[in-house]
Amino acid sequence: MKWFWYASPQTFYPLAGRIARWSALGAAVLAVCGLYIGFFVAPTDAQQGEAYRIIFIHVPAAWMSMFIYVVMAVWSALCLALNTRLSGMMAAALAPTGALFTFIALWTGSLWGKPTWGTYWVWDARLTSELILLFLYLGFIALRASIDDPRRADRAAAVLAVVGVVNVPIIYYSVQWWNTLHQGASVSLTRAPSMAATMLTGMLVMALAFWLYAIAVSMVRVRCIIRERGE
Amino acid sequence: MLAAARCVVYRDLLLALRRRGDVAVALLFFVIVASLFPLGIGAEPNLLRSIAPGVIWVAALLSSMLSLGRLFAADYDDGTLEQMLLGAAPLGVVAAAKAFAHWLVAGLPLVAIAPLIALQYDLGAGLWGILALSLLVGTPVLSLLGAVGAALTLGLRGGGVLLSLLVLPLYVPVLIMGAGAVEMAAAGLGGGGQLLVLGAMLVLAAAFAPWAIAAALRISLE
Repeated sequence: MKWFWYASPQTFYPLAGRIARWSALGAAVLAVCGLYIGFFVAPTDAQQGEAYRIIFIHVPAAWMSMFIYVVMAVWSALCLALNTRLSGMMAAALAPTGALFTFIALWTGSLWGKPTWGTYWVWDARLTSELILLFLYLGFIALRASIDDPRRADRAAAVLAVVGVVNVPIIYYSVQWWNTLHQGASVSLTRAPSMAATMLTGMLVMALAFWLYAIAVSMVRVRCIIRERGE
Repeated sequence: MLAAARCVVYRDLLLALRRRGDVAVALLFFVIVASLFPLGIGAEPNLLRSIAPGVIWVAALLSSMLSLGRLFAADYDDGTLEQMLLGAAPLGVVAAAKAFAHWLVAGLPLVAIAPLIALQYDLGAGLWGILALSLLVGTPVLSLLGAVGAALTLGLRGGGVLLSLLVLPLYVPVLIMGAGAVEMAAAGLGGGGQLLVLGAMLVLAAAFAPWAIAAALRISLE
C-alpha cells in the first residue's frame, strides 16, 4: 500500500515539503480573495454595522480550532494503536496551530463582543467551552514539553488527547446546561437570519485559506520535528 | 482478579492509615480554602449562601487534586508499580483499585466534612443531604480522571503543576453538575437531573478511565 510507504518519516519528509509549498501558496491566494470579499464586496450588516466583518476571521478560526483537535486526536489514536512514529509527530505538529486558532477565535470574539454586546467577555456556552479547549491544547503542549524522551512524549500526549476528545462533547453540553441555568438566553450567537450570499462566500473562502494555512504550517513543523529527531 | 483488587485497596488503605498526616493535610486544605472565601468576599449571608455550592465544590476539587501526586509516586520510586505491571492481575483492575483507594482516602472524608462547611456558609439544613450526595457521586469521577493525569505525569519534573494543568479542564463538567445540583435544589427545583448526569459520568469514567490509566502507566514505566 502506498499509504504505509509514506508512514515512514524518511519518505514523508520530501512529500511534506511539496505539500507545504503548494498549501502555503493556496492559503495566500485564498486569504487575499477572502479578505477582499470580506472587506470590499460584502455589504454592511443592517444590525451590526461594520463590526460584523470580523466573522471572516473569527468563524473560520473557531471551526479550525475544533477540527484540528479532532484531527490531532485521530493521529494520537493511530499513534497508540499502530505505534507509528509519524502519527505522534503529526499530532505534535498540529497542536500549536490548534492553540493559535483557539486563541484567535477567543480574541476576535471579544473584539466583536465589545461593540455588539457591550462587553469583552460573557460566560456564554461557546466562549466558555472554547476557553476550556484552549486549556486542553496548552495541557497537551505542556505535557509534551516536559518529557525528554520523544517516543514517550508522543504516546503520553496521545493518551491525553484521546481522553480530551472524549471529554470535549461532555464539556460542551455541561457548559451549555450551566449557562442556561445561570443567565437565560440573554445573548445568542445563533440568530444570524438569512446571511447574504457574498458574506457566506467570503467566510467559506477564508475557511479554506485557514485550512490550507494549517496544513502548510503543520507540514513545515513536522519536517522540523523529523530533522530534530534525526530520522 | 477481584482478590488482586481487594489486596491493592487494602494495602493502600493500610499505608494511608500509617501515614495519617497526609490524609489530614488534604482535609485541612479543603477547610482552609473554603474558609478563605468569606474573608475575601465579605460575610454577607445572602452572598455566602449563593456562592456556597460553587466554593465547596471548587475546594473539594482542589483538595482531591492535591493528593493525586502521591497516588503512584511512592510505588513508582520503590519499584512496586513495575511488579504490578508484571503481575498476573490485569493492570486496568489494579489501576481501578488504586483510584478507588484514592477516593476512599481523599474523597470520602470530604463528603463527611462538607456539611460543616455548609454550616459556615449558612446553607439550609435541607441542602446538606444533596450536597453530600453530589460529592459522593462526583468525587469518584475526580479520582478516576485525576489518576489518568497522575499516571501520565509520573516521574516528570514539575509534575504537580503540570498535573493540575492537565486535570483541571477535565474536571469542569463534574464541577458544573455537582454545584448545579445543589443550586437547583436551593432554588426549589430539585437537583435530581444533575445528580443523574453525575451518575452517568461516574459510570462512563469507571468503565473507561481504568484503561486510560493502565495505558498511561505502561508508557510511563517503559
